[in-house]
Amino acid sequence: MQRLRVLVWKEFVELRLNPRLFGVVIVAPIMQLTLLGYAASTDVKDVPVVVADGDRSVASRELIDRFEASRNFSVIGSVTTVNEIEPYLETGGAWLGLVIPAGYGRALANGRPVTLQLAADGTDANSTTVALGYATALVGGYARDMVEASAPSHAAPAAIDPRIRVWFNPQLESRHFMIPGVLALVLLVVTVNLAAMAIVREKEVGTLEQLNVTPVRRWELIAGKLLPYGLIGMIDVLLVVAVAVFWFQVPLRGSFPLLFGISAIYILCTLGLGLFISTISDTQQQAMMTATFFFLMPMIYLSGFVFPIENMPGVIQWVTYLIPLRYFLVVVRGIFLKGIGMEILWPQVAALAGWGTVVLSLAIVRSRKRLN
Amino acid sequence: MRTILAVARKELRQIRRDRRTLMILAFLPAFFLLLYGYALNFDIRNIALAVHDRDGSAESRELISAFVNSGYFDMQASITSMRDAERLLDRNDARAVLVIPEGFSRTVTTGGTAEVQVIINGDNANTATTVIGYASSILRTAGAQYAPGGAVLSPINVEPRIWYNPELRSTLFLVPGLIAYVTMLMAVTSTALSIVREKETGTIEQVRMAPVGTFPFIAGKALPHFIIALGSGVAVFGASMLLFDLPMRGNWLTLAIALSLYLVGALATGLLVSTISDTQQVAFQIALLVSLLPTLMLSGFIFPIASMPAALQVITHAVPARYFLEALRGIVLKGTAASHLVPEFGALAIYASAALALASIRLARERG
Repeated sequence: MQRLRVLVWKEFVELRLNPRLFGVVIVAPIMQLTLLGYAASTDVKDVPVVVADGDRSVASRELIDRFEASRNFSVIGSVTTVNEIEPYLETGGAWLGLVIPAGYGRALANGRPVTLQLAADGTDANSTTVALGYATALVGGYARDMVEASAPSHAAPAAIDPRIRVWFNPQLESRHFMIPGVLALVLLVVTVNLAAMAIVREKEVGTLEQLNVTPVRRWELIAGKLLPYGLIGMIDVLLVVAVAVFWFQVPLRGSFPLLFGISAIYILCTLGLGLFISTISDTQQQAMMTATFFFLMPMIYLSGFVFPIENMPGVIQWVTYLIPLRYFLVVVRGIFLKGIGMEILWPQVAALAGWGTVVLSLAIVRSRKRLN
Repeated sequence: MRTILAVARKELRQIRRDRRTLMILAFLPAFFLLLYGYALNFDIRNIALAVHDRDGSAESRELISAFVNSGYFDMQASITSMRDAERLLDRNDARAVLVIPEGFSRTVTTGGTAEVQVIINGDNANTATTVIGYASSILRTAGAQYAPGGAVLSPINVEPRIWYNPELRSTLFLVPGLIAYVTMLMAVTSTALSIVREKETGTIEQVRMAPVGTFPFIAGKALPHFIIALGSGVAVFGASMLLFDLPMRGNWLTLAIALSLYLVGALATGLLVSTISDTQQVAFQIALLVSLLPTLMLSGFIFPIASMPAALQVITHAVPARYFLEALRGIVLKGTAASHLVPEFGALAIYASAALALASIRLARERG
C-alpha cells in the first residue's frame, strides 16, 4: 500500500512538471465542449432563399412575407425569372430558390390551383432535406389558412387529425443530444491519450528498467498509473457535467450519482485501452498516432456520436458492438434526456464492465511480457 | 535547388523507415473513404415503429400498412398498452409509436375526425424532424381518402427541384469534406512532427552547422509531405469517382489550384506549430487542436455554418477548410468556373501567406 501511494505521488509530480499537459487535461475538454456545444448543431436555421417573383402582385408579396417572417428562412434577394436564380445557387449565396409563376395572384383569386417551383441546392443533402420539409410545410400551412379564410364553411374537417408528440426533447434542440455525447468523447480522448503515454514514456527515457529492479509489483505499477489518471478523468466528468447543465442548460433528468458511477467504469475501459496501446508502442509518437488514428477516430465515427448507428449497413452495425463509447453514449444520453436508471441500462453497464476487464487483463499480460 | 532536393531525399528516407507512420498514412484515407462511402449517412430509413392498435379494424390495419409500405418505417412491435410504448422508447427499441384510437374506423367512415397519435423519440433532433415529416405526410394522405367527395385539393402545390445532387446522396456532400480533412490532417501533423523530431533528437543543431539555408531546409522538408498529402487527396478523389460515382463537373486545373493553395496553407500551419513546440507530444496535441477540430467542426463539413451563433460564424472565416470546401463542392458538384471562385482562392492565398510569414518570422528568431 505504501509503495502504491509513492507511485501515485510520483505520477502527480510528473504531471505537475509538464504544464502543457495540464492544459491538455483541463483546457482541451472545455474548449471541445464549447466548440461542440455551439457549432455541432444539425438544426437548419435562416436558410438563405432567393425569390423569383414573376407575378409581383399582392398575393405573391404575401407569400414572400411568410417566408421572411419564419425563423427558418431569410430572403436574401428577389429576382424576376427562373434563370436569374442560377448564379445564387451556383455560388452558394442561396440554398433555395422559390419560383412564383406569372399569373399566380389571378389564378388564386379565380380558385384555380397553381404550382410553385422550389429549386434547392442538393450539395448539402442533409440540410436540403430539412429545408425542403420546412418550405413545403410553410406553403401548405399558408394554403390551408387561405382556404379556411375564404370559405370556412366549405372546408371539410380532415378525417385524421395527426397528434404528433415528441418525447425527451420536445423543442428538438440538437444541442441536448450532442452535449451529453461530448462528455463521453472528451473522457475518451483525454484518458486514452494520457494512459497511452504512461508506460511508453518510462520505456523511452529508460526509467522502466529502473522500476523493474525495484520491488514494485506489476499490478502496483499498473494501479499506480491508473489511479492518478482515473482521478483526472473523474474531475473532467464533474467539469463537463457542470458546464453542460449550468451553461448550456441541458436537462439532467436522471440520477447524477448513477452517471458518476458508470463514468468510473467507462474510465476504467478507456484507461485500460490506453495502457494496452502503451504496451504495443515503442515511442511516444507511435503511441499517440496509434491511439488517435487507429483507435479514437474509428471509435468516434462508429459509436453513434454524430452518425446514427441504425443507418449503417448490417456488418458495420455488428462492429459497433465492440466499441465501449457506443454503450456509454446510450448511458449518458439516457440519463440526461430520458431520466432512466439501472433497470434499463444494466446491459450497457455489463458490456462496459466486461470490456474493461478484458482490455485491462490484456494490458497487464502484455506488460508482463515486456517487463521480463 | 540541389540542397532542397538533398533535404527532401533525406526526409523521404526517414519517412520510409517509420513503418507504423507509413501504415497510418495508407490506412487513414482508405478507412475514411469506406466509412463515408458505405457506413455513414444521414439518410433516414428503417425507422423502428411500434403500433398500439386499439381499434383492430380493417381501416386501422390499412393505416398501419400505409406506414410500413412507405418504406421509411419498419414495424418492430405491436403493443397493447401505453406502458409498453414508454418501455420501448426508453430502450431505443422503437423510435416512433403509432397509437390508433378505439372507434377509429367508425369515426372516419362516418365523416368524423379521428385523433391519431404519433409519439416520437426526440433525442436526436435531426432524425426526429425527418420522422415528423414522414409521419404527418402519411397521415395526411391516409386521411384524404376518407374525405367526402375525394381529397380536398390544396390551392397551392409545391414542386421541388433539386439541383446538383438530385437523389440527395449525402456521400456526394461528405466526400469533398473528407478530402479537405484528410489532407489537412496529414500535412499539418507530419510537417510539424518531422521538424520537432529533429529538435528533440538534436539533429537540428547539425543542420544548422551544415551549409543549408533556412529556405532550402524548410522547402526540402515540406516537399515530400506536400507530395504525400497531394497524392492522398488525389487518391481519395479518384477512388470516390470509381466507387461512389462522384461527378467531376468542373475544370481539373481549377481543382489543382484549389488543392495546392490549400495544401501550402496546411504545410505552413504545420511549420508554425513546429516553431511553438519543443516536444513531439506537445506538437501533436497542438496540431490536432488547430487542424483537426476546426476542419471538422467549423468548416461546414458536417454542421452547416449558417446555423451557428454569429460569433462562431466570424471565427469560421479564419478556417481555410471553409473556403476550400466551398471551392471544392463548387468545382466538383456544380461545375463552378474559376472566375466565380476568386474570393475563395483569395482567402486561401491570404491564409497561406499569413501562416508562412508568421512561421518564417518565428523560425528566423529561433535560428537567430
